[in-house]
Amino acid sequence: MGAGFVSLRGVNKFFDDVHAVANLDLDVHAGEFFSMLGPSGSGKTTVLRLIAGFESASTGSISIESQDVTELAPFDRPVNTVFQDYALFPHMSIQENVEYGLRTRKVPRPERAKQALEAIDSVKLSHLAQRLPHQLSGGQRQRIALARALVLRPKVLLLDEPLGALDKQLREEMQVELKRIQREAGITFIFVTHDQEEAMRMSDRIAVFNAGAIEQIGTPQQVYEKPESTFVARFLGVSNVFSDQVAQEIFGSPATVNIRPERIKLVAPSTKPKADERGVVGTIIESSYIGANTIFLIQTESGQRVIATRLNEELPDQVNRFVTGDRVGAVWKSDHSAVIPT
Amino acid sequence: MSAHTTQGGTKPISSYLYKRAKVRLIGLIGLPMFWIVGVYIFSLFLLLITAFWFVDPFTSKVIVGFTLENFISIFTVPAYISTSIRTLLIALAVTGVCVIFAVPLGIYMAKIARPWVRNTLAVAITLPLWAGYLVKIIAMRLVFTEEGFFNWALAPLGISGPTFSIPIVILTLTYLWFPYMALPVFTAIRQIPPNLFDASSDMGAKGFTTIYRIVLPLIVPAIIAGSVFTFSLSLGDYLVAKFTGGSTQMIGSIIASNINLNPPVAAAFSMVPIAFVVIYLMVARRTGSLERM
Repeated sequence: MGAGFVSLRGVNKFFDDVHAVANLDLDVHAGEFFSMLGPSGSGKTTVLRLIAGFESASTGSISIESQDVTELAPFDRPVNTVFQDYALFPHMSIQENVEYGLRTRKVPRPERAKQALEAIDSVKLSHLAQRLPHQLSGGQRQRIALARALVLRPKVLLLDEPLGALDKQLREEMQVELKRIQREAGITFIFVTHDQEEAMRMSDRIAVFNAGAIEQIGTPQQVYEKPESTFVARFLGVSNVFSDQVAQEIFGSPATVNIRPERIKLVAPSTKPKADERGVVGTIIESSYIGANTIFLIQTESGQRVIATRLNEELPDQVNRFVTGDRVGAVWKSDHSAVIPT
Repeated sequence: MSAHTTQGGTKPISSYLYKRAKVRLIGLIGLPMFWIVGVYIFSLFLLLITAFWFVDPFTSKVIVGFTLENFISIFTVPAYISTSIRTLLIALAVTGVCVIFAVPLGIYMAKIARPWVRNTLAVAITLPLWAGYLVKIIAMRLVFTEEGFFNWALAPLGISGPTFSIPIVILTLTYLWFPYMALPVFTAIRQIPPNLFDASSDMGAKGFTTIYRIVLPLIVPAIIAGSVFTFSLSLGDYLVAKFTGGSTQMIGSIIASNINLNPPVAAAFSMVPIAFVVIYLMVARRTGSLERM
């Protein structure tokens, strides 16, 4: 196994009795946008803090660009962090905040002012350089936190749920902005989030965390289309997971199988599935129109529930081809389902 | 049970007050305002007036009149000037020592210590407040007296312990007033978000830089609040100097020795600590450290 740009080997972290990170191996490539995705308490933020140096690993080693940093303090590591609630210093102006890291590195005053103002300009907030953090909006503070970290030209930028406190529209703007900055600066980004859509939207690769361990690492397509565990299948988007007896009935084998709702087509109940298709027959017990899609909840005679999502390609008054109470066939192509290894 | 009526309400006093904001306000602050203006300010005002009276040199009786002699003596009698300066420096030193002790202790308690250690320390800090003021002074006196602990412990080495002097006065005053500095400082440090420490360290700052550039500026209001206590209580104290200062005189000593002999001089001298505190607060305000929060 080749060492990554950021590399964790056999890392464990205990907080008293809590095993927050369990025997973790992780390699992040140079220049990649890497996301750590998982529910709260899954250990993703702890891993980020271990890489930053705010926490020290109970066992194991961490290296950045082949240099062992396991024993180094945060101020000696070539990484910088953007914090969840920005962590701007409330008593310093925006410019002083951005200059802070340059100041601790003894950059001469005129030079650090120049670099700080450039960084503030790069996030388009030059006009606010002399304000105090509390005079800025959440989105503006977020940009300053980013400028403050990037002005130090880190080899790796760590982002701890940086968009969590922003409203939806601003968050989507910042997602595009972050991706652009990452591409242009060519810096490795390690991004912590619990929002699967956000992770898929921005990442080159995603590590899905559960209970202090990584369940799966892969590109957004890999983790979504070929989940390697039921947890991953359920955490990323909506899924239909068939197992045991139900799988036996549908597929003729008891394997655990995942099929995404948007892969399921609705047909008349009498329609026979084709050779390359599988399907079930059931009754629509709920249908919800949500703009772009309609979500159907179908229940088979044996009680199994299937969720199907159909694009509303027709005009709203024409989409109600199937309504609650209709008996329908739910079919999908065999190669659209994914067997989850157990 | 009968049904509630909306007409007129069921509670006549509350209904009456609900419509009369001014009556409510008087009800709320009447008593404390009487205390502050009627008792506190009024007695200080009487003290100020007394400072302009004088004592008949033959009969030693206080004559009601008007003279600036008492105030002029504060600025002209060399012993008075040196006592004022000495008292000011002692009070500043006590405040400084309290800050130097309180900040690291506060950081440890607020950010590092486990809850039970934190609680134990909080009790330990406030413990001296449980004992009487005089008890603590006598305790310090016993420790530093000629047959006291230090002389006893150092005697085998052929060294004599510190004697009653200005440093012991500063030490005793610090012992008395430290809780008033430690508690606000601890509370203020506790309110600093933990990730500011992480952020500072992330950007290359080592521990001392973080304390100097992040912690101290953020707790200035708490230090000023604490120092109003340590500074003004030290300025006004005289028993500490009397029992642990040897020959050390403070403003309080002069006031105490004049209070029967020459009340107008004592009254005039009482204005000196008040003036010091007012000047101190004005300086604190001028630095702007209270506004940038």
